[in-house]
Amino acid sequence: MPASARNWILACLPAGVVALVISLVAWASSSPLKKTEPIPVLQNEDSLNRTVDQVDQFFTQEWEERELVPAAVADELTQMRRLSLALHGTIPSLEEIREFQAMSGGDRLERWTLKLLDDRRFADYFSERFTRAFVGVAQGQFIVFRRDRFKAWLSEQIQANTPYDELVRKLIAGEGLWTGDPETNFITAAVADGNLDRNKLTGSTVRAFLGQRIDCAQCHDHPFDHWKQTDFEGLTAFYGQVEVQVLGVRQNKKLKYEVEDRNTLETRTVAPQVPFLNECLPEEGTLRERLATWVTHPDNRRFERASANRIWGLLFGVPYIDPVDDLPAPTDLTQEAPDLLDILGQDFRENGYDIKRLIQIIVASKPFQRSSTTDMVDAEEIQRATRAWALFPLVRLRPEQIIGSMLQSSSLKTIDQNSNLFMRARRFFSEIDFVREYGDLGSDELNDFPGTIPQALLRMNGQFARDNGSASPFNSVGRITSLDISNDKRIETCFLVCLSRPPTEVELTHFLKQYESASNQKQREKVTEDLFWALYNSPEFSWNH
Amino acid sequence: MFEFPLFSQSLSRRDLCKVALGGTLSFMLPGFDLQAAQKRGPERRKSVITLWMGGGPSQLETWDPHPGTQIGGPGKAISTVVPGLQISDMYPLLAEQLGGMSVIRSMVSKEGDHERGTKYLKTGYRPEPTTVYPALGAIITHEAPDKGLEIPQHISMGNTQFPARGGYLGAHLDAFRVPDPGKNIGNMRSGVGDPRQERRLENLNVVSQAFRRGRTIQTQKTLHQSTIDRALTMMSSEQLQAFEIEKEPAAVRAAYGDSPFGRGCLVARRLVEQGVHSIEVNLNGWDSHANNYTGHQTQSKILDPAFATLLKELKERDLLDSTIVLCIGEFGRTPKINPLDGRDHWPSGFSCIVGGGGLKGDTIIGETDPTGKEKDPTEPVRIQDLYATILQKLQIDFTKELISPIGRPLALSDGTPIDKLV
Repeated sequence: MPASARNWILACLPAGVVALVISLVAWASSSPLKKTEPIPVLQNEDSLNRTVDQVDQFFTQEWEERELVPAAVADELTQMRRLSLALHGTIPSLEEIREFQAMSGGDRLERWTLKLLDDRRFADYFSERFTRAFVGVAQGQFIVFRRDRFKAWLSEQIQANTPYDELVRKLIAGEGLWTGDPETNFITAAVADGNLDRNKLTGSTVRAFLGQRIDCAQCHDHPFDHWKQTDFEGLTAFYGQVEVQVLGVRQNKKLKYEVEDRNTLETRTVAPQVPFLNECLPEEGTLRERLATWVTHPDNRRFERASANRIWGLLFGVPYIDPVDDLPAPTDLTQEAPDLLDILGQDFRENGYDIKRLIQIIVASKPFQRSSTTDMVDAEEIQRATRAWALFPLVRLRPEQIIGSMLQSSSLKTIDQNSNLFMRARRFFSEIDFVREYGDLGSDELNDFPGTIPQALLRMNGQFARDNGSASPFNSVGRITSLDISNDKRIETCFLVCLSRPPTEVELTHFLKQYESASNQKQREKVTEDLFWALYNSPEFSWNH
Repeated sequence: MFEFPLFSQSLSRRDLCKVALGGTLSFMLPGFDLQAAQKRGPERRKSVITLWMGGGPSQLETWDPHPGTQIGGPGKAISTVVPGLQISDMYPLLAEQLGGMSVIRSMVSKEGDHERGTKYLKTGYRPEPTTVYPALGAIITHEAPDKGLEIPQHISMGNTQFPARGGYLGAHLDAFRVPDPGKNIGNMRSGVGDPRQERRLENLNVVSQAFRRGRTIQTQKTLHQSTIDRALTMMSSEQLQAFEIEKEPAAVRAAYGDSPFGRGCLVARRLVEQGVHSIEVNLNGWDSHANNYTGHQTQSKILDPAFATLLKELKERDLLDSTIVLCIGEFGRTPKINPLDGRDHWPSGFSCIVGGGGLKGDTIIGETDPTGKEKDPTEPVRIQDLYATILQKLQIDFTKELISPIGRPLALSDGTPIDKLV
């Protein structure tokens, strides 16, 4: 081989290696985990439909009694946007809208719901929501608490459709190392300053799973509820034998739960006891296993009602009963008719605590389908209708939903687990940065507060808006500008991509004028950018409606 | 259809915003009070500047030195202009400027964790899972909103992990954050020229109009438009100049020190002049579990010139009487020096400097035990007592109860004003 050829080979070798690595990574990351699922065929679920009817009847009766005329049914694209925001934390892509539009049949929204629930994005999005409810947003003490593992574990459980009661039992009674058995992070999240805060565990257990706040009773008898300090101590005693040590979360039968009496300042041992439904507490098992069984016992109606209220809250952005973790005591069903949470809760219990099924029921029932527009002009009337779910509420999107939507709208194709690594990494990092700058709502995310000035500034002038809203050959602003389509079509596409709806006549006329006065490609690009800017900053973009 | 009345004429940014505000909620916006910057002395509404020492500074290497004792470490003490007050010799500039200020050496807290401690110290309430308490600045803004301001009334400068929050009073009362003061204030420029910004706002109006149809009242309630309006007002406000320090004489900038904290203190003075009432300037880096003494030397080189110059300038400009300055962190450090030459968290018996705004000056409150054995100092002062004192001086009724979202009545502060300071 001549020397010059050898030199060439040597010179090309590094480049060749780099190229090989790049293509391998690209191949590995872009190869879909699985091809897009075919849209599921709806099983003829009579029992599910019966519950939907029951829910609908409940509301029909409510509305009649309160003399409310429910809002009209929202159009399908609006409902589709609601579904995507609720289940994936983003708006639908143009690709998805087109796919949906190509479907036929009166039940296409129901089938679309199933498709969204099967998508990995659902498990990922809901696991973050649940993580917030269970352990909050704090990163905690890194050495013993791994929030990322916890969230990934929850995502696996949701994807596998683990019955919710089973999932909760694992959280309360789990044992092992926080890395290998990530469910135990529910326990280690309560470690502060090297100590396990058992009171915190009691508070979050009761709030997250039973929808009750008994935290006040930690120090004194609850001021306006029937919780006593002894109730709190008795419940906390179930966590009395849990230990966090090198080998992970363990039960130590030798431990006794002791508290310092506030009056006498003497320590006394507290025996584990539940504040109600003593008959649901099993004799067998470790203390935490017994507590877990009691919390999720089929007769403990607080469990199913709290679950239904939380899921409702995640779908609408507002819980059915607000706040999400402070529900009234269940009524006696032999005396009183079931309320909404009883109806949903019963179906949940009788069908294996199936989260996906519960979601299907809620989104198929009347309230989720109401329009958010009304002819009513009286503020009080509107509020009354909204509170009775006869009018779909306007709810501010969570920061993740806003950045998720912004990123999705900058791509014409769906950004999901099948997207290339670059897209997914961009989504991952943008979300973290944006949420931090926008202001994280923390675990309090079902409380509605108005937006802030920095948020408006961030949407108008921030880097994220600039990146996603400036034309490039790879993003939708650039693509829509350069596509060989009519200006009408161009405007329609922008609206579908950002707001999941076609433009109104007025909007179409307004933007057509701008496109028509743009004489070259560069000017057209600016018109599209300015149109996108307006869509990003419109209330319609950052509110669920 | 909505039409812009002045569309074809050329407009300044300010005019443009006024036009953009037309037809929305502009009538709710206050008139512009351009006089705030001129006001001095008793006619000026009071402000609070909190110098936040993130990480928990050692009381022994700052305002409560015990030279020559076992707990004192290698540090020495110097006298200050306040009779009888000695502080660490790492603060020679500050020692000259402390006249009229007071030192509390007996702050007591029960929170030894950074996050919990910070929350307690910034709100006056110990953190609990079901209630997010509002920070002092949010309370001030909520109780005494300033109609003349086009810029936020509650501002936090410098990076911080736990910025002051609006808590249950609402996210709109969160501190407006300026991570790198004196440099830029983020997202304040529209990024396009005026004609395009004009077109963008016009587009936004068209799209918003469409959404409002059938949702007039609901959209009003979202405050979406009014938030955008206020953001636009801020973008074009003359008051934004308070954040700019280029025009300050080089000597002044140098005196504060060219650090984010130094610049933040200079901006804080400018904000006070502009009429902003609650400002926080953050200085992190006090978590001295190892090499405590050298760590404090590094920190003091940032804090000493900035704090001293701030006090000096406030006095020179007749602003200290109407500005409370508080320098505090989330807790102090242990009297015991650990094997890494560090000091660990110590929430009982730490120090702060407070004064101005009509508080009694030249006062020293509390003493810590020179042997370090007694856990609680004499004359212990709880965090809520400090806040009750400050709120009272601001003429805010701290006993006033607000109803938290869960229907629980909560006083603005459940402390008692400190006699020696009011």
